[in-house]
Amino acid sequence: MSEQIQTRSPLGRIWDIAVRYQAIVVPVVALTLAFTIGGVLIALQGVNPLIAYESLFRAALFSGDGLLRTLQKATPLILTGMAVSIALRLGLFNIGAQGQLIFGALASAYFGYSLAGAPTIVILPTAIAAGILAGAMWASIAGLLKAYRGVHEVISTIMLNSIAYGLIEFLISGPLQEPDQVLLRTPAVADNARLGNIGSVPVAFIGAVLLAFLVAWMLNRTTTGFQFNTVGKNKFAALYSGMKISRLTVLAMVFSGGLAGLGGAIETLGIVHRYESGFNVGLGFDGITIALLARANPLATIPAALLVAMLRAGSATLQFDTGIKPEVVDLLLAITLLLVSIPVLANILFRDRAQKQENVTSGWGS
Amino acid sequence: MVNTLLRYISNHKLSFFTSVIVIVGMYWFYFVDAIRAESMLGFAWRYSIPLVLAAMVGIIGERSGVVNIGIEGQMLTSAFIGFFGAAYTGSLIMGMFLGVGTGVVMGAFLAWTTVKWQMDQIIAGVVLNIVAAGITSFYYTQGQLLPTLMPKWSVPILSDIPLIGPVFFERGFFGLATLVFVVLLQIMLFRTRWGLRTRAIGEYPSAADTAGIDVIKMRIVNVTIAGALAGCAGAYLSLEATSTFERGFTAGRGFLALAILIFGAWYPNRVMFAALFFGFTTALASQLQADKVVDIPQQFVNLLPYVMTLIVLALAVGRVRPPAAVGQPFVKGSG
Amino acid sequence: MNALIEVKGVSKSFGKVEANKNLSMYVNPGEIVALLGENGAGKSTLVKQIFGLITPDEGTITVKGDATPIKDPSDAIERGIGMVHQHFQLVPVMSVAENIVLGNEPVKGLRLNLNDARTLVKEIASKIGMDVDPDIAIEDLPVGTQQRVEILKALSRKVDLLILDEPTAVLTPQETDELLEVMRSLARSGTAIVFITHKLREVLAVADRIYVLRDGELAGEVHASDTNEAALAQLMVGREVVLRVHKIPAAPKSEVLNISGLSVLDDRKLVAVNNLSLNVKAGEIVGVAGVEGNGQRELVEAIAGMRKIESGTIIAFGKEDITKSNPFKIHALGIGHIPEDREKHGLVASYSLADNLVLNRFSEPEFASRGVRNFKAINENADELIEKFDIRTSSSKASAASLSGGNKQKVVVARELSAEPGLLIAAQPTRGVDVGSIEFIHNQIVAARDSGAGVLLVSAELDEVLSLADRVLVIHKGQIVAEMQSEGADRVAIGRLMTGGH
Repeated sequence: MSEQIQTRSPLGRIWDIAVRYQAIVVPVVALTLAFTIGGVLIALQGVNPLIAYESLFRAALFSGDGLLRTLQKATPLILTGMAVSIALRLGLFNIGAQGQLIFGALASAYFGYSLAGAPTIVILPTAIAAGILAGAMWASIAGLLKAYRGVHEVISTIMLNSIAYGLIEFLISGPLQEPDQVLLRTPAVADNARLGNIGSVPVAFIGAVLLAFLVAWMLNRTTTGFQFNTVGKNKFAALYSGMKISRLTVLAMVFSGGLAGLGGAIETLGIVHRYESGFNVGLGFDGITIALLARANPLATIPAALLVAMLRAGSATLQFDTGIKPEVVDLLLAITLLLVSIPVLANILFRDRAQKQENVTSGWGS
Repeated sequence: MVNTLLRYISNHKLSFFTSVIVIVGMYWFYFVDAIRAESMLGFAWRYSIPLVLAAMVGIIGERSGVVNIGIEGQMLTSAFIGFFGAAYTGSLIMGMFLGVGTGVVMGAFLAWTTVKWQMDQIIAGVVLNIVAAGITSFYYTQGQLLPTLMPKWSVPILSDIPLIGPVFFERGFFGLATLVFVVLLQIMLFRTRWGLRTRAIGEYPSAADTAGIDVIKMRIVNVTIAGALAGCAGAYLSLEATSTFERGFTAGRGFLALAILIFGAWYPNRVMFAALFFGFTTALASQLQADKVVDIPQQFVNLLPYVMTLIVLALAVGRVRPPAAVGQPFVKGSG
Repeated sequence: MNALIEVKGVSKSFGKVEANKNLSMYVNPGEIVALLGENGAGKSTLVKQIFGLITPDEGTITVKGDATPIKDPSDAIERGIGMVHQHFQLVPVMSVAENIVLGNEPVKGLRLNLNDARTLVKEIASKIGMDVDPDIAIEDLPVGTQQRVEILKALSRKVDLLILDEPTAVLTPQETDELLEVMRSLARSGTAIVFITHKLREVLAVADRIYVLRDGELAGEVHASDTNEAALAQLMVGREVVLRVHKIPAAPKSEVLNISGLSVLDDRKLVAVNNLSLNVKAGEIVGVAGVEGNGQRELVEAIAGMRKIESGTIIAFGKEDITKSNPFKIHALGIGHIPEDREKHGLVASYSLADNLVLNRFSEPEFASRGVRNFKAINENADELIEKFDIRTSSSKASAASLSGGNKQKVVVARELSAEPGLLIAAQPTRGVDVGSIEFIHNQIVAARDSGAGVLLVSAELDEVLSLADRVLVIHKGQIVAEMQSEGADRVAIGRLMTGGH
């Protein structure tokens, strides 16, 4: 390492830059590796992996409404990615973005159809706010259980996911079901409660990107963000500094759930236009992958979400073209996640110059 | 002999009297309505088997100082490999081996990443779950069948006991093995050298280290071997309980097990009773609903275990004490 | 010359820090050898290598003529080396017997034979004249007894060399005397002892030979009979030691802290502070002397708002009742707190110095307005304090983790004094800090006093309390048992009071 600094060969300098930006380098290398491994697995299914990837990305970016669909898919993913990230900053691992998202989706659908006839200025903000609120409320249960009863959020949010599914299935098979309908779904939201697109870019996508900047600013520049980070990095120092850990814990979960709920609202108002059982699946869980890929950095969730969205958007065409099941995306993401989250990749690449990954989540029973 | 027994009872008054009340209550129920009692207790135990196995994975891991949140993924993959292994090889025994082996391999993975590379244990576990979901959903194919069903064995004498006999001692391989494992693990943890050392590395690893115990190696071995139990839990679900496999088949049982583990305060025997309590409550709710005694939608009955988990955790955490070093990576020479 | 153990040219680095540089030493059978040095001089690193906890980068360690590297503790134990650690290596929830046999368990078939373990405990305990219930859990034993269990544990392995790492740090003077007696009797029966300490008196009382370490290097080797305290002290720090803090007599003014009838529980819900009362006036330093574990930590945490108070009241500045206040409000009132454990409470290791220097002041109007942080002010504050408190760092953007112990402590002290507190609670303000920094920190505390602050100093070092404080309170079992002026105080009498004597 000292030689490299002394000689300062061009390669050495590039290497120094790589070491410095390893937070970006490692995920990119991981992605490349994952796609290579994925390619081998695709080849084992008897399909040329290059053709498969080409078909996947062409469908996601260059086919008719491919780009629009990719950006539509990316929008809730940015939000759930941020939802997981913001909680992770405080040392909370919110596995429950999925449950919070579907509550948000249902709440915005309810106001979207029950307020039909109201002017846009009333119905749209109400539906969106309802989604945020519903997600935030659902997440706050886990926050309260963590802050005041010491229940680990990983378990509570998983349980709350299952409970959310059960409750919502009950609601859409009875009280909120579309009349004279066998399908488990609510009535459609009013036309003026739907989110449109500007060309190939959904309005909501722009909103999500702006929100990512807002969240990044909040985490890095405000006293609230400082408190979140301090609790996440050293709970004892936070206590010493007079930060109210319990309240911050609930607040972080509320923010997290609100973002996830907003993701659900956007999915409802922008794409599905009602709540329907079976839609929304996996958006919350992809949020975990995105947050870990982005290392809990809200701005990095944008490219990470775009990547996941491309894969998801292109996977249907992939099956049509090659017969490879769309679940190949789950496999690819799983391998990527594995490679970015295991510390070994950075260690192999950078040896003793690898950044040490801190233990970010909170311990057991505390 | 009698004195020892009496001393034991006086030292464990609470558990002794609870057990007596539970047993008397059970047999009173059996006396009133034998069919219902047997079916409900049978349901409770069938429901408990994978939870108990999975919770024991957690016990071994956490007693050694490693949180295993990946049990769900271990179970799911084992159920998957076990099922398709049996279907493709045409041998149920092969499927059982493959299923259990899968649990071990995934245990080894978790052990290596968290203990050797000191990866965040919670993240490692969640990653394991996502990977498991990815693999099993991509390679899943429909319409496969098991070559044979899991045979049932009756344990001589024990299976003739009314109520308890048919419920606990007339089961397939994994059902019977679970009983053996509970007893075995209880003895191993508190009566053997391995148990003493395991508890030491989970409570205060540097003390174990200075006493000449290889903490890293022991944690890796324990978490890996515990994977076999997760493999049993998965294989039980696909090969013994249902003879099928579906995506997302384990339905959060790995997480329920973690709650039951806390409820059972990291003791195998108490964990078994905690799981039975969960199972029996669910059975009771289903029965009451089926009998139209109470009018609650089926969806709500299905949610009962999850709601109970939250309540139990909210009440139990803070009252029970987890192994002190759980979740903390051990770095040699840092003590 | 058949040395029991011989260390030759051992070096060990942790990252950029050279903890041991080319050290050599030997120990003969039945000899008591002291390793003397300040915190951070490399004593613990050296013995950890002898015990196989870490491996040397360079050099050899020869045990009974065998120079094979010591692989790990079990290897060391097998070769006759035992160690009593500074932080007790006992599992709190397990019994004495279980702890003693851990790693060397008697078994009958596959079963653990705890009866044999109990017999073994009784047997060794009687050898060093000690009586302990083998079935009692470690966490229910007093600290002194826990240490005796540590020694029993080492002795249960047939040791030829016993290493004691700072064994007297947590002991009362009486317990210390008893320990020294145990050491002498062990040496008489042929066991060699390596004894780590930074307390000169103990070294001279018990050691045959003394190695003095400084900054990881061997500063000298002397026979106990050929030296005295002053000479050893000079070897230790490399210059004449200033034993007294220069300060003018205190001029106490109005009361800034009044505690009456305070009771606080410890983490195990046992009474730690018991109906305690004290007061501190502006312009004076009140020192609390006591053996660690007599409620000092709980007292400090209670005042700072970090621990729940069972009963009693705490009044600050004559009018503010802070009994139920949280740390935020207490700090806002102008009460500074140098926490006992700076790594745990005082700093966030991965944060920059700038952030650490406003850690508990982040929301003050100077550093934030309407919830948005003012980075210009935060950085200026950092540069100013780095300069004023002579914090050795590359920049205010460097992480706290990159600093040495002394500089870390300066960061905490700088932050707490920068708020110009009317009352400063200083808990172990110089623990693990080099001599230069100690002097600096002491002077800063005295300066704060002279500018009108009241200071409550809690320290386990009696010398620190006596030299820094104007008034001394002695704490024992959570109560103040005596009060005196530090001027002309009798340290032997204080020692007795600290242990419950009269």
